Amino acid sequence: MEFFLVQALNGISYGLLLFMLSSGLTLVFSLMGVLNFAHASFYMLGAYFAYQVSVKIGFWPALVLAPVLVGAVGMLVERWGLRKVHRFGHVAELLFTFGLAYLIEEAVHLVWGRLAVESPVPPELDGPLFHIMGSQYPIYRGFMMLVSVAMLVSIWLALTRTRIGLVIQASLTHPQTVEALGHNVPRVFMLVFGGGAALAGLAGVIGGNAFVTEPGMAAAVGPIIFVIVVVGGMGSLAGAFIASLLIGCMQTFAVSLDWSLGGITIAQAAPVLPYLLMVLMLILRPRGLMGTRDG
Amino acid sequence: MRYQPLNLGRWVLWSATAIVFVVAPLMFTESFALTLLIQMGTMIIFALSYNMLLGQGGMLSFGHAVYSGLGAYITVHALNLVGKGAFYIPVPLLPLVGGLAGLVFGVLFGYVTTRRAGTTFAMISLGIGEMVYACVLMFPGFFGGEAGISTNRVVGQPYLGLSFGPAIQVYYLVALWCFVCIAAMFALTQTPLGRMANAVRDNPERAEFVGYNTQHVRFLQLALSAFFAGVAGGLSCINFEIVSAENVSAIRSGGVLLATFIGGVPFFFGPILGAVVFIFFVVALSGFTKAWLLYLGLFFLVMVLYAPGGIASLLLMQIPVIRARRFGELAAPYVAAFAAALLALAGLIGIVEMVYRLSEQGARTELALLGFAFDARDLAPWIAFGAILAAGLAALRRATRWLGARWSSIQQDLLARQP
Repeated sequence: MEFFLVQALNGISYGLLLFMLSSGLTLVFSLMGVLNFAHASFYMLGAYFAYQVSVKIGFWPALVLAPVLVGAVGMLVERWGLRKVHRFGHVAELLFTFGLAYLIEEAVHLVWGRLAVESPVPPELDGPLFHIMGSQYPIYRGFMMLVSVAMLVSIWLALTRTRIGLVIQASLTHPQTVEALGHNVPRVFMLVFGGGAALAGLAGVIGGNAFVTEPGMAAAVGPIIFVIVVVGGMGSLAGAFIASLLIGCMQTFAVSLDWSLGGITIAQAAPVLPYLLMVLMLILRPRGLMGTRDG
Repeated sequence: MRYQPLNLGRWVLWSATAIVFVVAPLMFTESFALTLLIQMGTMIIFALSYNMLLGQGGMLSFGHAVYSGLGAYITVHALNLVGKGAFYIPVPLLPLVGGLAGLVFGVLFGYVTTRRAGTTFAMISLGIGEMVYACVLMFPGFFGGEAGISTNRVVGQPYLGLSFGPAIQVYYLVALWCFVCIAAMFALTQTPLGRMANAVRDNPERAEFVGYNTQHVRFLQLALSAFFAGVAGGLSCINFEIVSAENVSAIRSGGVLLATFIGGVPFFFGPILGAVVFIFFVVALSGFTKAWLLYLGLFFLVMVLYAPGGIASLLLMQIPVIRARRFGELAAPYVAAFAAALLALAGLIGIVEMVYRLSEQGARTELALLGFAFDARDLAPWIAFGAILAAGLAALRRATRWLGARWSSIQQDLLARQP
């Protein structure tokens, strides 16, 4: 029971982190039709920026500064890169972000080296939050959940309750009309792309401390968030939320189980599980959990 | 069959390709050049098989290395079994084993991946690629874990007097397979399946109305493409005599995408150029600098932004100009743009190499480029290279404007002359 509770909490906090990533990806995809292959690279950039700022100033400024910086990088990418390839179609945009992911990974190699950098949890957040039946639960896990939930609520409020959110929603379905009403739709796209990148950057700040800040972190988490978007249904935020929690819990439980199945323990098979889930989903329900039917 | 006159140009082109394959190792006799040529031959098959998906079928795959890698694994086991005397397959036919393995896995995975098209297909192919990579590490008994499985291509009695020990024999084996595969893949583009793949790429809705199941067309195209990828995997297994998890990794899948796109997706022969350039980057440039992937990535991004048809389209664009005997007018701006690009590149290389030297612990900060020696810890080289980069970019901007103006005036004249 105690094992189950702790694992469930860990699974949910990991799932929420995954949702911070997949929500940005889904938002950008549903608004611009661009599948941002470099989304996980923005996550990595967030972690590295936070590391750099933490070393110079401290963790709390980094929590704000790093996402802002990543968002600025995202806007620059949209303005000077994506907008130019837009006329060549979606495949060209996907290829552009694919090349960008290469470039960011190599730039991180060049600037910060190939080894992991030291990014410890700040002392205020280090230690146990509470005890469940003898085993302790770290404060940082609770902090992760708090930040992700706060972020999700504020996105939801911003999208549904503010003027800019309404303009974004309208640009999603009726870009021409919005433009005719005097709004600068390309600028809205730039903001949304930068916002998605900033969300990934915020996830990177938190994930970088909780896990490890290394050049392979983008490649490790990138395919998982794609699986989440496919399983949840392309462009569906609610689907992405369910799929994130599902995969987060599945991964956390699988890693700690040592039941053996034909010579392989479940812990060993853990890396394959999300992909198996994706394959199963595609066979049984090709449009994903909450996706709409399309080609 | 419709009547076709003898296509002389086509015969000349194919004969020239064959002659290049035969003559290439005689022109470059160093052993380094030979390994380069062997890898280019393998990569040409791999990139062309990838273009069966991306170029001809409109399927952007991020997991094509799955088929070549698993083909290579099956080939390495077959080769080891032949070595133990379990059964006999002559070494020259082993790539066929790899190809059949690729086909089997293509049928298996293709059934899942081709259920969706477009962006979703791309994401699913990435997921399948990651799944196979994770599986390869999970079953070290069959796949040999990180270290991989090694083998020896010199097995049994020499076949037709060829032992395949010397690299030159491997080269001609690769060249022969490469030529046959190029011909086969070109022939496939002329079949009804190849035509329908194009139709499904361009307008799936219409293809459905004509009465074709688009999912089925994509599936067949992917299975056949996986066959050729498997052949490439088998050849790389014979060449390197080792197959490891890296063969199925996302790095390989990304590499073939880069190579194909740089070469030129819309043209059949584009990936051939791309494979040659890519292997040059991977093998030759990686010996000089550790930042070669950065340069490759930058080159790829520049191609995506400014030349989505790849090198092939840049070359083909010149043909009407040359035919109209107006290429001479473009020569000067081309030379100017090329010089400006070289200048910008020199500045960029200087900055990248200095960043790299500063960040890597224990690396020497003194470097020498083009005969100039300097220390990356000083400020002067940073200012100098920054200035070179800025000057190069500014010059490139002017040169491309000049080139663009001349180009459009020639195009207008050409258009006006058309009846």
